[in-house]
Amino acid sequence: MVKTLLKSVREYKKPSILCPIVMIGEAAMEIVIPFLTKFIIQELENLNKGMEYNLNTIIICSVLMVVCSLFALLCGVWGGQLSARASCGFAHNLREDMYNNIQTYSFANIDNFSTSSLITRVTTDVTNVQNAYQMSIRMLVRAPVLFVSATIMTCLIEPKMALIFIAAAAFLGVIVFICMFKVVPHFKMMFKKYDNLNSVVQEDLTAIRVVKSYVREDHEIEKMRKATGDVYEYSVKAEKILTFMMPCVTLTMFATIIVLLLVGSHMSVGNIAGNVGAADLQTLISYSTQILSGVMMVAMCLNFISLSRGSMERICEVLNEKTTLPKPVQPVYEVENGSIEFEDVDFAYSQKADVTVLKNINFSIKQGEMVGIIGATGSGKTSLVSLIPRLYDTTKGTVKVGGVDVKNYNLDSLRNKVAMVLQKNVLFSGTIAENLRWGDENATDEDLRFAARQACAEEFIDALPGGFDYDLGQGGVNVSGGQKQRLCIARAMLKKPLVIIFDDSTSAVDTKTDAQIRSSLRQYAPDTTKIIIAQRIASVQDADKIIVLDEGEIVGIGTHEQLLETNEIYREVYSSQVKGADNE
Amino acid sequence: MNKTVAGKRRGAKNPMQTLKRLLKYTFKNYKAATAFVIIFVLLSSAANVLGASFVAPIITALFNFSKGAPVDMWIIYKNVIIIACIYTAGALAAFAYNRIMMYIAQGTLKRLRDEMFAKMQKLPLKYFDAHTHGDLMSLYTNDVDTMRQLLSQTIPQLVSSALTVIFVFTMMVLYSVTLTLVIVIMLVVMIFSIKAIGSRSAKYFLKQQVALGKLNGFVEEMTEGQKVIKVFCHEQKAREQFKVLNDELNETGRKANANAFILGPINNNLGYLQYVFVAIVGLALIIPGATQWLVSPYCAINGAYDVAFCAGILSSFLLYSRQFNMPIQQVTQQFNAIVMALAGAERIFEMVDTPAEDVGGNITLTYGETEEGKWAWKKPCENGFEFIPLKGDIRFEDVTFGYTDEKVILKDISLYAKPGQKIAFVGSTGAGKTTITNLINRFYDIQSGVITYDGINIRDIKKDDLRRSLGVVLQDTHLFTGTVMDNIRYGRLNATDEQCINAAKLANAHFFITHLPEGYNTVIKRDGSNLSQGQRQLLAIARAMVSECPVLILDEATSSIDTRTEKLIEEGMDKLMEGRTVFVIAHRLSTVRNSHAIMVLEHGEIIERGDHEQLIAKKGKYYQLYTGAFELD
Repeated sequence: MVKTLLKSVREYKKPSILCPIVMIGEAAMEIVIPFLTKFIIQELENLNKGMEYNLNTIIICSVLMVVCSLFALLCGVWGGQLSARASCGFAHNLREDMYNNIQTYSFANIDNFSTSSLITRVTTDVTNVQNAYQMSIRMLVRAPVLFVSATIMTCLIEPKMALIFIAAAAFLGVIVFICMFKVVPHFKMMFKKYDNLNSVVQEDLTAIRVVKSYVREDHEIEKMRKATGDVYEYSVKAEKILTFMMPCVTLTMFATIIVLLLVGSHMSVGNIAGNVGAADLQTLISYSTQILSGVMMVAMCLNFISLSRGSMERICEVLNEKTTLPKPVQPVYEVENGSIEFEDVDFAYSQKADVTVLKNINFSIKQGEMVGIIGATGSGKTSLVSLIPRLYDTTKGTVKVGGVDVKNYNLDSLRNKVAMVLQKNVLFSGTIAENLRWGDENATDEDLRFAARQACAEEFIDALPGGFDYDLGQGGVNVSGGQKQRLCIARAMLKKPLVIIFDDSTSAVDTKTDAQIRSSLRQYAPDTTKIIIAQRIASVQDADKIIVLDEGEIVGIGTHEQLLETNEIYREVYSSQVKGADNE
Repeated sequence: MNKTVAGKRRGAKNPMQTLKRLLKYTFKNYKAATAFVIIFVLLSSAANVLGASFVAPIITALFNFSKGAPVDMWIIYKNVIIIACIYTAGALAAFAYNRIMMYIAQGTLKRLRDEMFAKMQKLPLKYFDAHTHGDLMSLYTNDVDTMRQLLSQTIPQLVSSALTVIFVFTMMVLYSVTLTLVIVIMLVVMIFSIKAIGSRSAKYFLKQQVALGKLNGFVEEMTEGQKVIKVFCHEQKAREQFKVLNDELNETGRKANANAFILGPINNNLGYLQYVFVAIVGLALIIPGATQWLVSPYCAINGAYDVAFCAGILSSFLLYSRQFNMPIQQVTQQFNAIVMALAGAERIFEMVDTPAEDVGGNITLTYGETEEGKWAWKKPCENGFEFIPLKGDIRFEDVTFGYTDEKVILKDISLYAKPGQKIAFVGSTGAGKTTITNLINRFYDIQSGVITYDGINIRDIKKDDLRRSLGVVLQDTHLFTGTVMDNIRYGRLNATDEQCINAAKLANAHFFITHLPEGYNTVIKRDGSNLSQGQRQLLAIARAMVSECPVLILDEATSSIDTRTEKLIEEGMDKLMEGRTVFVIAHRLSTVRNSHAIMVLEHGEIIERGDHEQLIAKKGKYYQLYTGAFELD
């Protein structure tokens, strides 16, 4: 997992490696400086003894100390900048790699992740990993180096004292480890409850109209209370352990100092064999703080990393997801014409699921035909048309466009010629013109106008302030549902496709406009194959051919009149829609 | 209805005021606990400082020993024991205040979340129209999170740091006024550099937040439309746009962090320089024997200005100089946390301060108070109450409305719905159909005109009761996490399982529900994403059936249900509408045909009204729509 993530370091390898090295420089100075202060204090001792003291030593040590701290300053500043560059760069690359990989996803891949989870993965999770990474390169090397060199320096003064440090560090290590071990499950639970809390808020926000209509505000507040209560419970559980750990750490630190003082005093008066003077004692005390804070930092670091483990896993899932649509060996770049053939097609959304969505589909469509597809919700209409621009691969059988198996096309070439207006369609923030140009980047204003006319959108666009330069707002909130659908149709028409598929894409358009759109399609795009999924018989009854789907199987193909005569389901649907009209 | 763009983040406008309010909010409920926290913080800081001061006598004693003086080990033991006691007490005090503070912080966060949410429930719909979900969500996530850090870490640390600084400073002054001056000079240098770098860093942190917001917004929008990107082969374009935003975030993030990370080393090493200067100045005074220049009150009290004693003082002082720097360093590291938390707090308070939706009038709804099983309006009057039976008579008189003052959506609308009538609205999208229903339940208030309900101006009815009397099935169905049963019961919380199942049967939802893995106990997740749009609408209809409201509003309630299924639930729908006043919006004309009155809306005006036959006979717009939809030839 870590390996997958580290692949994204790339050009930031240099600062990532340099940073710990520079940090070692800083750490070394942190060790050297107390050692230098020891000499200064020793000279003080000599001074006190009335012995000859060496002023030069004091001067040299002072100068050295200034030099060292300036050097440490330099290293620290440089290291800080390196770690900022490395960690931000790493996060940048991670986001980029994730986003680029998301772009290669097929529809099946996209279905695996919910939108909101993708967003958290690209943002919050990356930030978590960035922090852990930053901590790691700054601390994970520096802290052990600090620990080891402080121990070595202690050995130089008096090896027996080093034993005290090691014992204290080991003790502290065990305590911290146990606490971490105990705290992690609580934190995990807390994060889970936290997700739950977020989903309560999220749901309430999206359904605020329902909440207010049913006057269920108190009910929602009660739900929230429970959610915040859960978060409280587990946060307290986790933090209780942490607040217990901190005094343990400080107590250990203090105990070490006390032992140092006792043993050191005995050594310096000669009760215990040992080479410790009064000056050494102070140096040892400052080492003790450094050694133990080194242990603490490593522990904190590991804790941080373990907390970001979940984030790492989620990021890896995105990075490791491979597109479910294999590329053809020798891709075809030209789509000859808009004819479509389905041969013995079976389809299921997942291999494992035993729910076959489409069974034994066979039909062919000639270029330029208008074909309607009718069926109850869940009968497989959307699945059927999704196979044409190869949004999904068939489980069995072949789908051909222009006489070539869709699996043999270069995907972009195929999709540029097979336009699809999705059922759940989306516009993006920006002007109408910008949105329409998704269909054709180089479209002239004339082209835009023509496409809008085909989709019966020209009139309302002109009525908007600014016309084609009208700003749609995020998700196209500034136009109504029906207008949105017409813009989506215009966008698709701009591609000048050979095949255009409407997946229930006029459901919010009124019947009159709906009919107008169809007649303008016939008029302006006679050679484009048109496939229309609709709820309303009226939307498809003038089609050249209507396919009736029921539970994933074709139960009838023919013209409106033929189906009325032969197909029971079609007749039922029809009568449900025109009952009353016949009674007139 | 332009929504504010997600990621419109900035620094706090009024940081001091926000801080004051936040502190007041936090501590007003924990007065006793706060007192204890302050006491324990005092104790622990004092212990930290005092402990170190007992190291000095030991070192002095050892110096004296090396000079040849006999050592009384008891002095050493005594001091060690004192140090041990002080440190233990300090650690316990630290434990105590951390623990109490943890409860205060977590409790406050819970209260803050609860109160934010409760307040949010009371906000008018206009507020939700004007803010993106992302913006509101981030109040609960990012902003409360920064607050957690502020409360549980930064504030205690600030207090204990401030105290430590004061204690250490006092001790230093006692030991040597001259050396303290050296420290003060270094401190000025330090504060100067912190301020320069800190404010740069804070500036970039806020910029980083903005860049992050922009990137979030982009990812949110583009991921929502990922399938559209695929269909239009727009992947490369999306990558390029993403790259621009991502690069920007990288740039600001790097600058923000680089500035933040160098604060630590700068302080730390300025601390060392300070150490050297103190040592040099100290020795420069001690070695020539000019010990009186140390100006040490401590020496003066002890009457000992000899070199050995002063050497001990110098070494203690050096220890203090390190202790003095530590809290300053810690505080600087919290600098960004404070800036960000205050910005977050300000946003939260802004939401909390938004005026709530007014509660409406004082006329309430009662059930069974006048007559068994009957609804009535309860109107307070001079001598007790007056009861007006709820019949479901709704009238609009010259109603004019616009979401903003500039743009009028509905112009001079007058209409009436007699009890038990089914009123339909048809018209092209954007004609104002949904808006009319939003006015009945007072989601929005009208600019002029009057809407009456059983002869009462709806402004005089308590809003909650008004809404309780109206069952609504909305165009976009929303379901909640919970079982299918819970979701149906949302309509009436005290409905029995049996009543819920009956409603589901009437809505023709029973069949698909029983085919779900766990039937009525199947848990619906993520707004019912595991159900089809049609199935969700069926559930929403069942929910409305359970609610048993006297008046119903069906806004495109069956738009995603195929006509065959719609026909199947027709019977249920008829039963649902029986005896109730119903407002129906549909553009599928077959749905509205049997209405008592059909209003054809265009550009916010009613252009035709009448029942189906009348409108057909009129051969106007409705006729066109109707025949346009069913060109049989």
